[in-house]
Amino acid sequence: MTLLDRHIEFLDALRGAGLPVSLSEGLDAVTALGLIGWTDRQQVKEAYAATLVKRANQRATFDGLFELYFPRMVGSGMTPSLTGEAAAAGVAKDGPEALEEFSSRLAEALEADDVEMLRQLAAEAVARFGAMPGRGPGLSSWSSYTALRRLSTDELTARLIEGLQQGGWTEEEAARVGTRRMDRFAGLVEADARRRIAEEKGPEQIAKIAVRPTIEKLDFLHARRADLEALRREIYPLARRLATRLTQEHHARRRGAVDLRRTLRSSMSTGGVPVDLRFRPKRPHRTELVILCDVSGSVSNFATFTLMLVFALREQFGKVRAFTFVDEIHEVTSYFKPGADLVDTMTELTKATEHAARMGRTNYGRAFSLFQERHADALGPKSSLLILGDARSNYSDLAVDSLRAMADAARHSHWLNPEVRTQWDTGDSEATRYGSIIDMRECRNLTQLSEFVHDLA
Amino acid sequence: MPSRTSSWFSSPAEAVTRLGDVGYLADDSTALTSYLAGALEKPVLIEGPAGVGKTELAKAITRATGAELVRLQCYEGLDEARALYEWNYKKQLLRIQAANDGQAWEETHDDIFSEEFLLTRPLLTAIRREEPTVLLIDEVDKTDVEVEGLLLEVLSDFQVTIPELGTMTSTRRPLVVLTSNATRELSEALKRRCLYLHLDYPDADREREIVLSQVPGLDDKVARQLVSVVGRLRELELKKAPSIAESVDWARTLIALEITDLSDKAVADTLGVVLKHSSDVDRAVRELRLKR
Repeated sequence: MTLLDRHIEFLDALRGAGLPVSLSEGLDAVTALGLIGWTDRQQVKEAYAATLVKRANQRATFDGLFELYFPRMVGSGMTPSLTGEAAAAGVAKDGPEALEEFSSRLAEALEADDVEMLRQLAAEAVARFGAMPGRGPGLSSWSSYTALRRLSTDELTARLIEGLQQGGWTEEEAARVGTRRMDRFAGLVEADARRRIAEEKGPEQIAKIAVRPTIEKLDFLHARRADLEALRREIYPLARRLATRLTQEHHARRRGAVDLRRTLRSSMSTGGVPVDLRFRPKRPHRTELVILCDVSGSVSNFATFTLMLVFALREQFGKVRAFTFVDEIHEVTSYFKPGADLVDTMTELTKATEHAARMGRTNYGRAFSLFQERHADALGPKSSLLILGDARSNYSDLAVDSLRAMADAARHSHWLNPEVRTQWDTGDSEATRYGSIIDMRECRNLTQLSEFVHDLA
Repeated sequence: MPSRTSSWFSSPAEAVTRLGDVGYLADDSTALTSYLAGALEKPVLIEGPAGVGKTELAKAITRATGAELVRLQCYEGLDEARALYEWNYKKQLLRIQAANDGQAWEETHDDIFSEEFLLTRPLLTAIRREEPTVLLIDEVDKTDVEVEGLLLEVLSDFQVTIPELGTMTSTRRPLVVLTSNATRELSEALKRRCLYLHLDYPDADREREIVLSQVPGLDDKVARQLVSVVGRLRELELKKAPSIAESVDWARTLIALEITDLSDKAVADTLGVVLKHSSDVDRAVRELRLKR
């Protein structure tokens, strides 16, 4: 395989992962590489990044693929620690002592936060503890899962957190930093296992399955803990971007009806001929929002994110009232204070979930009836109703009439469903029946969500 | 420095040294992109949070290469007349009024659409300059989409057509730096024509070097403490994480207040220099266990 083939395959893989790499950008990359040469891997990587990756959030995808197509090393490389040191110390490749010895070295590196050392250790971990015997020679494989389980990462994390605390960090901070470092190490181990598999089976195979989508395309329902944190960090910038866009669009169509008085007044200077038409400024219309969120288990993340985003954009709306429900309805508007801290609000919201649950089983019908009973006054001819949830109501009474009454009372009504459209109406999902009353939209990731919120404001 | 004005950087390593000489501590990717921008004659699009030195990089390149900076500050409502060129109507009018009656219209016409009545704006200025030029297009995300179209045309060919005067092509391509805070997604077409550099907060060692180089009188110990506190603040989920510019401001504040040890109390007292939201200050006080 020539270098050119590899280059072209790499570009293909990037396109496959959703990066819009054009032909001219590929040519730029080749020209750039012609200038800097292939001697320094880091520079090759940066040159590729500068010419091909045009958005910061695509960088992670790029990094993952680059590691697969231009691996750091082949096999276990020439790391002395694996062959020389371990052999010299008389430690077997695997076994309790080996684990013990390795763990202590890992703990040291984690505490020092030595990235290069951690990378070497990750490679070593996969080589020593992550090998899975295959059915025949050459069929062996590598598993990051096995390697990490053998290393009992939880214990290591606890030790690391303790160590950090002694180093003068507060408890929560130490916990957060410790977990983050451990997550990063786990990421390195996963990357190394992928590299080894890619080496044996060819990178195309791995590129298709192993590369995660960017945070904007990430499914709310499949988000991991680390993803949730990343998503939360996105809310504020996203809200700011949306606000800028809305303001600009609003300015673009600021002109309202003809202002007769001012037009006549200005026609004085042209001898009574109305040459310049004057316009009345358009009154900004502000949507009043009433949001109902299903906060039961699986969909609660989605509901919280939408709520946070809407409240971060609060000045774009006239008035916002928010309610959460599982089988009880609970108003949460007061949790959103202007200028309050995102993390605190999220924590309080999660705590407030218990007020929304009585039996703990989602019951849309009951929630709608209760809303009609207690908060019917929230909806008026100026307000938009927004319902967030997967429409899975545990086969209970649907209270279709209550919902219809709510939809009639509001000016507009929308329903956002975080499930894939193909799963609607499966099991206890009542998407079609509710969808016939209120227009239901699929909303699975940040991109869809921000589009929707933009149209709403 | 006549020899230096002849070209941009000759290698990434040289870019690091020369940018370092003028007081900009560049990391690998920054140096490489600065080098490629000159070598490939392509514009660079720099994105990143506010206050990480995007504009400063363009200025540093200017200083390091002995070029001259032409700056176009973008804002909402920026148009061709402000970005490219404009005819000096008032002067043209004067010229017509001053012309004696005998002059033919053709002559007057040729006369008033000449160099003398042309007001060049940053983009045209940069194209027409014969000497090495860095063209800084600052905060390009603030403009309207139409201006992006204009930029596309100018940045791909480096030529401008003025109907009355003909096409002006650059004799020497300027090095173009565009900066953006990513408040708006720029069009794919514009991005495709640019090299891309994402500047982020630096790691602790580099930040300490930056702070020490910007604030000469600062004690090394205080700098170390300051950078570590700033690092911890960035780990918190704040609305506005402290930028490098704010770390430098903080260092200056400490010098002015003659604080030689960054104790918890000192941090709590001066936190307002780095954090600009009251909820952020509250959060930091709580997480860093500061007493107020």
